[in-house]
Amino acid sequence: MTHTQEVSTADHRGGADDADRLARYTGPPIPVRRPRHPVLRFWSTAVGKKWVMALSGLALLGFVLAHMVGNLKLYLGESHFNEYAEWLRDLGEPALPRTVLLWGMRLGLIAAFGLHIVAAAQLTRINHKARPVQYQSHRDYVAANFASRTMRWTGVIVALFVLFHLADLTWGNANPDFVPGDPYDNVIASFQRVPVAIIYIVANLALAFHIFHGAWSMFQSLGWNNPRWNAVRRYFAATFAAVIAIGNISMPLLVVTGVVTK
Amino acid sequence: MDLNLKVWRQAGPDAPGRFETYAMRGVSEDMSFLELFDVLNEQLEGRGEEPVAFDHDCREGICGSCAMMIGGRAHGPETGTATCQLHLRKLVDGDTIAVEPWRAAGFPIIKDLAVDRAAFDRIVEAGGYITAPTGSARDANEILVPKEAADAAMDAAACIGCGACVAACPNGAAQLFTAAKYSHLSLLPQGQPERYTRVVALVEETERWFGSCTNHGECEKACPKEISIDFIALLNRDYVKAQLKNRALTGQKR
Ligand code: FES
Repeated sequence: MTHTQEVSTADHRGGADDADRLARYTGPPIPVRRPRHPVLRFWSTAVGKKWVMALSGLALLGFVLAHMVGNLKLYLGESHFNEYAEWLRDLGEPALPRTVLLWGMRLGLIAAFGLHIVAAAQLTRINHKARPVQYQSHRDYVAANFASRTMRWTGVIVALFVLFHLADLTWGNANPDFVPGDPYDNVIASFQRVPVAIIYIVANLALAFHIFHGAWSMFQSLGWNNPRWNAVRRYFAATFAAVIAIGNISMPLLVVTGVVTK
Repeated sequence: MDLNLKVWRQAGPDAPGRFETYAMRGVSEDMSFLELFDVLNEQLEGRGEEPVAFDHDCREGICGSCAMMIGGRAHGPETGTATCQLHLRKLVDGDTIAVEPWRAAGFPIIKDLAVDRAAFDRIVEAGGYITAPTGSARDANEILVPKEAADAAMDAAACIGCGACVAACPNGAAQLFTAAKYSHLSLLPQGQPERYTRVVALVEETERWFGSCTNHGECEKACPKEISIDFIALLNRDYVKAQLKNRALTGQKR
């Protein structure tokens, strides 16, 4: 198959007459150097980056669901909740030393976050370059919804929230009442602060919107498209987003309103 | 009926542009949107002003020349029609309608509403063809193609290359165009020998000009041929498959 490099487009601007030059203003293709290594070459394309985003997104979806299920133990009381937190550390024993599997999962999670964010940032740059001059009149969108058009912003909100969440309940620097090794009390103390509860609620709403588009978009990026299942993809994304939103928001909401206490 | 047109006027590729408002009074609702521009240009010429440059050719939705962003939508509010097939009766009497050229880095403005879509030619040159000896037509049914496959390929082949997908895409991506060009060949037996070489060539060339697909689905709605984004999924899937295929053993390049 012919490579574009072999297609002569050199005469587009120079030599041609005015009409020809006007008609073929686009000019020769911009020579792009693609890396030789197959992995880097795959990553160098936007389709490749979207594939990485879809897979890392899938991993993050799994995490978000497991994280929510585990944390709903909050409603079973202090001992259940703290036991679950301990169990996470014991996971993989006796095959693996204590906390090794937990750290493995954490590293995987960090990698998924990293790839997801780097790919998103690079794709955003590509897309900004693809339309340097915006439409000057009002755009009337038909299919693009609020969720799909705010992915960038909901993504940034969630990323910043994750940092805050770690500082609040893992490291403890954003939580004056933080006691290491006492997760239940830490969560309750944190959520009892009204501004913090609001941060959690807003961030989880953003997450839900992000998932509403992402969990559907993922199928397209991976090419998982089949008319027999296509309608299900939308339901899946909507249900996933709703479950996460309800589950995660219920916790700060019930604590801040005083329904769940120490 | 009466319409107020806010038309983007730009003298040349690098000239500054702006909206110019034209009041169109008593135009027939049976006119097409392009005929409205013919009337406008006649009036402009009569006044000794520069007519509006816009692309058009077949005026029956098959050539893909006409390209206007009408009221914020590629090819206007009607679905499944090109600008030349948009009749004024589909618009609201007395409305003010903004008309802009396609806006994308890969589609530089030539003048007014005319943009250069040669980037699409570059994409087709990269992989939108099959390598086959030409000559007299082959006998019918020499290569068996199931009706369903032919229909699916035809759905993709309906692409007229107008660029509405790029224009409508919030990212300025040409994924629907490329997916259509890819699919109409790859759904048929004749397209198989170069299938995986083709998908890589097409994707890489497309990305030299256009943005990336983030699955807004806006292109599918703007497409005058209503080509489905299912073809984009096929493109994505085959692009990944092409990475894994042992192409040396399928007799394909790279
Ligand atoms: S003029 Fe040919 S498609 Fe509109």
